[in-house]
Amino acid sequence: MVISLKCFAQLGVYLPENAEAYALHPGDTVAAVVERLGLPQAEVKLVFVNGLKAGFDTVLKDGDRLGLFPAVGGG
Amino acid sequence: MLKILRINTRTREYTFEDLGAYAGLGGRALTSRIVSQEVPAGIHPLSAANKLVLAGGILACTNAANSGRTSVGAKSPLTGGIKESNSGGQFAHKLPKLGLLAIVLEDKPEDGADFTTLLIKKDKVEFLDAKNLVGKLNYAAHDVLKAAYGDKVVTALVGPAGEQCLMTANIQFSDPDGRPSRSAGRGGLGAVMGSKKVKAIVLDPEAKDSVEPADGEKFKTARKRWLDILMGHPVTSQGLPTYGTAILINIINEAGALPTKNFRSGRFDGASKISGETMTETIKARKGAYKHGCHTGCVIQCSQVYNDKNGEYLTTGFEYETIWGFGANLLVDDLDDIAVMDRTCDEIGMDTIEMANTMAMAMEAGLVKWGDGKGVIELLKKVGTKDPLGRILGNGTDFTAKAFGVDRVPVVKNQALPAYDPRAVKGIGVTYCTTTQGADHTAGYAVCQNILKVGGDVNTLGKAGQVEISKNLQVATAAVDSLGLCLFVAFAVLDTADAVSVIADMVSGLTGKPYTADDVVALGVNCLKDELAFNKAAGFTAEHDQLPAFFRNEPLPPHNTVWDFTAEEMQAAKIA
Repeated sequence: MVISLKCFAQLGVYLPENAEAYALHPGDTVAAVVERLGLPQAEVKLVFVNGLKAGFDTVLKDGDRLGLFPAVGGG
Repeated sequence: MLKILRINTRTREYTFEDLGAYAGLGGRALTSRIVSQEVPAGIHPLSAANKLVLAGGILACTNAANSGRTSVGAKSPLTGGIKESNSGGQFAHKLPKLGLLAIVLEDKPEDGADFTTLLIKKDKVEFLDAKNLVGKLNYAAHDVLKAAYGDKVVTALVGPAGEQCLMTANIQFSDPDGRPSRSAGRGGLGAVMGSKKVKAIVLDPEAKDSVEPADGEKFKTARKRWLDILMGHPVTSQGLPTYGTAILINIINEAGALPTKNFRSGRFDGASKISGETMTETIKARKGAYKHGCHTGCVIQCSQVYNDKNGEYLTTGFEYETIWGFGANLLVDDLDDIAVMDRTCDEIGMDTIEMANTMAMAMEAGLVKWGDGKGVIELLKKVGTKDPLGRILGNGTDFTAKAFGVDRVPVVKNQALPAYDPRAVKGIGVTYCTTTQGADHTAGYAVCQNILKVGGDVNTLGKAGQVEISKNLQVATAAVDSLGLCLFVAFAVLDTADAVSVIADMVSGLTGKPYTADDVVALGVNCLKDELAFNKAAGFTAEHDQLPAFFRNEPLPPHNTVWDFTAEEMQAAKIA
C-alpha cells in the first residue's frame, strides 16, 4: 500500500524522499503519517485527501493522494 | 479636516471642498457614494458625465498598519456598472499630506485636446503639457517624472492602453521603491482617466501635512493591538510574507479548483513549476526580495522583487491571480515568461486578470498555441500600438471572443473570472455572480471558508451556507475597502474575536467620536446599497447575476461537479 504524499510551503522540509510512493501500514490515519514524518500536528492546518478537505482521523487507503498545508491565505 | 479636490479637466478649474455630506466616509464608501450620487447611471463611461474618484480610506491619514490602500471609482467601461478598483502604492499615503481625502476628475476636454499631467500641490493644481510622457510605457514615464520631481515622487499613470481608452486599461500607482508597479487593475478605469486626457497625476513630494488623532491615547492603544493581531496570525505573519499570494497555486490545485486551459480542468500538471514555493526559491537564488510591502505601513509584506535569470529586476507585485491566469489557464509553466507578461501588463497599463483571460480567447481562436508563453508576450505587446489586433485584445475577454467567434467566455457582467473555478469553490461563485463589480474574487473571498478554513469551514463542492457566507464577506470587504485597509487583514480579522472592535477603536481614536463594530458593519452595508442602487439604475437585474452556461453544463475534473445555483437562489447574497 502506497500513497502520493505532498507537504507544501513551510512543511516542505518534512517531505520524505519516497513521497510519490510513500509506504502505508494497514489502517494508517493521516495523524499516523504526520507523526511518522516527525511533523508536529499543530503546524498542519489543512489536510487534503484526493483533493477533498479531510481530518487527522481520516483512514488512508492504497493510491490515495495526501496533501498537507500550513495556514495559507492570499488572493 | 481633509478636503476633496475637484478638478474640471475641460475648464481647468479646481476647488478644494469641505467634505460636507461625504464626511465620515473614505475609500470605497466615498468613491461609490460620489459615483452613485453624482454620475447618472445611464451615461457612456467615456463621456464627460463620468467622474473618476481617487480616494484614501478613513484610516489613510494614520500610521495604523496596512491602512494605505487606494480606492479608484467610476462607472466602468468594462462592466457598465459601478466600479471600485483597489490598489497598493503610495498614493493614499500621500493624499493626506496634501490635506486631501480624495481627488475627483470631472468633465472631459474637447476632441483633439492634448494629454496633461496634473501636478497636485498644497492648495494648488498645475496643468502641465504631457507631451514628454505620451506614448511612453509606465516605467519610462515614471522615470521622467522622477527626474523632474525627485525619486520620492508619487504618481498615478495611464499607459498606452489608457491613452487609447481600452477596456482593460488600468491605473498604475508608484510604490515605496519608486516603481509604477501597483495596479488599480479591474474594470477599465484607466480608460476613464484617458478619456479625460490625463496621462499622469503627480503628488508633490514636498507636501508634509499631518493629521493628529483627536484621542491620541485611544488611537495608540488600538493601533498597538491591531499590529499584534496582524503579527499574531500565521497567514499574515508567515505564509504571505514568505511565499506571497502565489502560495495559493498548490493548494487551489490540490483542491481541484485551479482553472486550467480556459476552465476545462481544476488541476494543472505544471502547477509546482509556477507555485509560490518555486517562486520564493527562484527569488532567493537570484538575490531578489521575497518579503516586500506595496505601501508604507504594510506589515504583511506579501509582495516581492522578482529578478530575471541575470539577476536584473523584472517585476514586483507578482500575484497568484496573474500567475494562474497567464500560467495554468494558458498551459504555460515557465515562471520567467509569466513574470515578463506581468511586467508587460504593468508597462502598457492593463489588468492582468482580464488580459490573461483575453489570451485564453486568443488561444481558443488559434491566434497563439496553448502553452506558448513567448507567443503570448508578443500578442500582449501589440496592445497600445497602432495595430488593430492590439485594439481588439486590449478591449478584453468578451470583446476578443466576439471578434473571433469564441463561445467559451468566462465572464460575469462582462468582467473575466479570477483564479478559482466556481464549480469547485461554490462560495466564490456566488460572489462572482452577485457582487456589484462583475466577476471579482476580492469582493467576497469565500475561498476562506471553502478551502482555507479561515473564518469557518464549509463543503466547497456543496451549496449549503454559501449564499450567507458570500453576503457577510461582501459587507466586510466593503468596510475594509472603505477604511483603506488591505484586504489581507481579513485573514487575521476573521479569526480574531476583538479585531472589528479594535478597528472601530482606531476610527474612534482618530475622530474623537464614538465608533463601534456596528458602525464598521454599517459602513460596508451602506456602501453596497449605493453600488446596488447605481447598478439597478444602469439596468442590471437578477438575470445578470449568473455564470456562463458552460459552468452549468460541463463537469469540472477531478471532482466532476457543475455550477448549480440559480440566479434567484443567490439574490439573498445582496443587501436588500
